[in-house]
Amino acid sequence: MTSITANDAAPPVRREVIYRHGVIVRITHWINVVVISLLIMSGLNILSAHPRLYWGQFGADADHPWFEVASLNHAAAPPSGALRIGGYQIDTTGLLGVSKGPGGQALEQAFPNWATLPAHRDLATARRWHFFLAWVFVINGTIYLLIGLLNRHLWRDLAPRRAELAPRNVWRSIVDHIRLKHPVGEEARRYNILQKFAYLAVIVVLLPAMVLTGLTMSPGGDAIFPWLTVLFGGRQSARAIHFITANLIVLFVIVHIVEVFLAGVWNELRSMITGRYAIRTEAH
Amino acid sequence: MALMSRRALITTAGAGGLLLSGCDRLTSAPAVNRFIGHGEALSFHAQRLLLAGQPLAREFTTADISPVFKANGTMAPQTADYLALQADNFASWRLAVDGVVHRPMSFSLADLRALPSRTQITRHDCVEGWSAIGGWTGVQLSRVLALVGLMPNARFVVFHCADDLAGSGNAAGLYYESLDLFDAFHPQTILAYAMNGAPLAVAHGAPLRLRVERQLGYKQAKYVMRLEITDRLDRIAGGKGGFWEDRGYEWYAGI
Repeated sequence: MTSITANDAAPPVRREVIYRHGVIVRITHWINVVVISLLIMSGLNILSAHPRLYWGQFGADADHPWFEVASLNHAAAPPSGALRIGGYQIDTTGLLGVSKGPGGQALEQAFPNWATLPAHRDLATARRWHFFLAWVFVINGTIYLLIGLLNRHLWRDLAPRRAELAPRNVWRSIVDHIRLKHPVGEEARRYNILQKFAYLAVIVVLLPAMVLTGLTMSPGGDAIFPWLTVLFGGRQSARAIHFITANLIVLFVIVHIVEVFLAGVWNELRSMITGRYAIRTEAH
Repeated sequence: MALMSRRALITTAGAGGLLLSGCDRLTSAPAVNRFIGHGEALSFHAQRLLLAGQPLAREFTTADISPVFKANGTMAPQTADYLALQADNFASWRLAVDGVVHRPMSFSLADLRALPSRTQITRHDCVEGWSAIGGWTGVQLSRVLALVGLMPNARFVVFHCADDLAGSGNAAGLYYESLDLFDAFHPQTILAYAMNGAPLAVAHGAPLRLRVERQLGYKQAKYVMRLEITDRLDRIAGGKGGFWEDRGYEWYAGI
């Protein structure tokens, strides 16, 4: 036994640095960070031109929205903002519907200046950025998927093994996450089953759904791929799903960042920059 | 708001302001804008490649028509010329067709109605994001273009309209739009004089509007008065090929 610790009561621990993320994964990841952030900000600017969502083929002012950011005017009080989903309404003054402009003045706009690109309402500029960024996103994602298939990264690192899918294993992983217990040793070498589910859901479902629902909103795209409109149940449904999916991506990003902090922010950041990731193994 | 401490509020606002000014500097820099504009060219060429077979936009049934078709842009033109035409129910209205054509012509509403018609129930998609489904009847633009005969250098059809959307009080604010021949000759590109079985209402562009079904709402010019066939767009109005194009929107509105 070549223990490096003097205290025999504590388990002997050794720090091992492994090569975790390949260069394509690292580059495409950071391009995504920038591009998806700007896509969401320009997307909010576009949505603020008509901040109402509908189900079905059509939907405009006289039709019934299931989602709406409203700016409400009152006789004896300053305007207020409200978020309406289904039959519910909550006051969102200061954030949605009414928020402060650059000079501190209250502006009747769906989303605050700090959340949109450009900061002020400008549909033409927001669209130009959104579609440029969409091209970068699609090219970046295609490179990731192609190389991930060719070098078997998707199979090796993300596809769940049969044993991992056993309910007992999934349940154990859920309990570990709730206890904020992070794997060490051999288990830290690969993703746990919840990580695999989350990453695959984003890579295979959410991000492609963003592209497909986006194409469905294009009147030219609609003539090229009429089956997309059928798949999503109409252009306004596709627009609604585009927004819901964007929210799920934001939710994923929040959980992802929280987990990075819990698991050790410097080690995680380094692994996504240099590829090198330190794991703790028991010394032999 | 009450949950946020004063310090947190100030920090968030400060960080937001910093980010905000950074983003605005980025989006207003001309060189950056030019570079970002390449995305439009990419989208245009990609769609044109995929539209090479000239597929039709989806057509719906009468059961799918929107109960209320939202009218947008100009609702009632106030120019003296238009008001005079409207006063006699467009009996003296004529569509002028000129430019690089062999036989410049003008058409009354009766002339256009006498030509073979096409009826299509389609979805109108506004650049703002909303959609409405309506039925349109009119004459295919290709038929009108065949009657006047295009010269070999013809590349664009410019639609000059009666409404002063900019409220400028002169010709500079008049609405206009343009198509290239690829979309001008598409079977669903029609000059519509009827909507949902009735003559076009003023709010929807009476007496004649363009329908170009694979593009966004701002291409669907209302109150069309004149078609100018041309080889270039840069000499007309702001030079970008349309009222909204001159104000920053893309000329190709298929996305």
